[in-house]
Amino acid sequence: MKYADEFRDPVAAKGVLSAIEACVNDIGATKDKPICIMEICGGHTHAIFRYGLDKLTPPGLEFIHGPGCPVCVLPMSRVDECVELAERPEVIFTTFGDAMRVPGTKKSLLQAKADGADIRMVYSPLDALELARRNPEREVVFFGLGFETTTPSTALSIQQAAEENLENFSVFCNHITVPPPIKALLDDPYMILDGFVGPGHVSMVIGIEPYRFIADDYKKPIVVAGFEPLDLLQSVLMVLEQIRDGRADVENQYSRVVPDDGNPASIAACDDVYERRERFEWRGLGEIDESGLKIRQKYAAFDAENKFTIGYGKDAARVTAEPEGCACGEVMTGRIKPRQCPQFGKGCTPEMPLGALMVSSEGACAAYYQYGGAQLEPVE
Amino acid sequence: MCLGIPGQIVEISDAERKLALVDVSGVRREVNVACIAEGNPLDDLIGVWTLVHVGFAMSRINEEEAEKTLEVLKMLGEAQEEIEAMKASQKMLEQAS
Repeated sequence: MKYADEFRDPVAAKGVLSAIEACVNDIGATKDKPICIMEICGGHTHAIFRYGLDKLTPPGLEFIHGPGCPVCVLPMSRVDECVELAERPEVIFTTFGDAMRVPGTKKSLLQAKADGADIRMVYSPLDALELARRNPEREVVFFGLGFETTTPSTALSIQQAAEENLENFSVFCNHITVPPPIKALLDDPYMILDGFVGPGHVSMVIGIEPYRFIADDYKKPIVVAGFEPLDLLQSVLMVLEQIRDGRADVENQYSRVVPDDGNPASIAACDDVYERRERFEWRGLGEIDESGLKIRQKYAAFDAENKFTIGYGKDAARVTAEPEGCACGEVMTGRIKPRQCPQFGKGCTPEMPLGALMVSSEGACAAYYQYGGAQLEPVE
Repeated sequence: MCLGIPGQIVEISDAERKLALVDVSGVRREVNVACIAEGNPLDDLIGVWTLVHVGFAMSRINEEEAEKTLEVLKMLGEAQEEIEAMKASQKMLEQAS
């Protein structure tokens, strides 16, 4: 492909890298006292490791890998509820493949399928809708999972089901939103972050205004970034320049894809279908205010929580303890590096994940493991 | 699931449900185009490049951006994963009917 060379060529990145180095020096950051920048999106985490950007940048700059992988932050109790739904004889449980291997307290969806539950991996909620049309005698439940990149697709599917009066279709809605966990991280007393690289495709949906509080209330810079290595490096440079100049703004490096005000049709569909939950549990982070989405009362007929009396808010105690020795929470808040977790590469590998960050290729631990972390001895 | 994959709209398959056929690296997939229609006739979308998230076109992009994005997705192994998921889902539906 003709553009490949452009961003695989280290020469093209050289200018940006030396500007980053100069900026880090101007700020006075060092290996012992680094500038810490969090990339929020799991796709960015994966790209940073894949292209070795953490090795190309100076030691005075450290990447902290954020909570932006919806599979990784899925609590075990939610997985348990998925399994419970899937094991009902009338239910065809549909899910994105990503969720299949996430461990619950008893089993994963993959194990439930092996045990005989009717679980179908779908590429799109559109395919779950189609299954419901073709199987009027069965209850088709779609597992709504993901951040703002997938929330509109679920919302539009619910609207379509309502339009067709497709009564055997419902959604087990566990959608979450990006800005609230950033606020939670910024409120954390251990917070060490100096700035953020904002998610690209999430921002394509919501625009850049929802991040305004980061700059205005917490005085931290955030730059929405694309996925090419050069995009990421340029965004890091833009964050560093803000820090150097004592500014805190919301900037958009990825404006060729991300309109400042997002996608109006998506936002309208989401507003019509969802309301915010008071709080929602995140694996490794605990409960975060207004971070989850619930299906509005007017679409209650398509809400699996309502239909099967299951899900968030049914029981008082929600937060499930992590497996013993699992340090996902500390990794996600940037307190430790993946290989400092005693289970890393021992009790927890991509083949047999113990913690959520090892499940998806977008999780920090799986990325460490895949791109060189495995050779490193875990730190005792 | 989280990263969109670029595709080109080749045909409007169901105007009422706002569905179009999109070519994603040679694989044809029915996609909802409600979010990029902007109130214009759907036929105007033919030939348009778009980022597709789980079967929904979420943004218009140009061809150069499409190529660049696809290249990164291939490097990350995400493109292959998405296309496999599309094919597997298609097959599942065929077997279900």
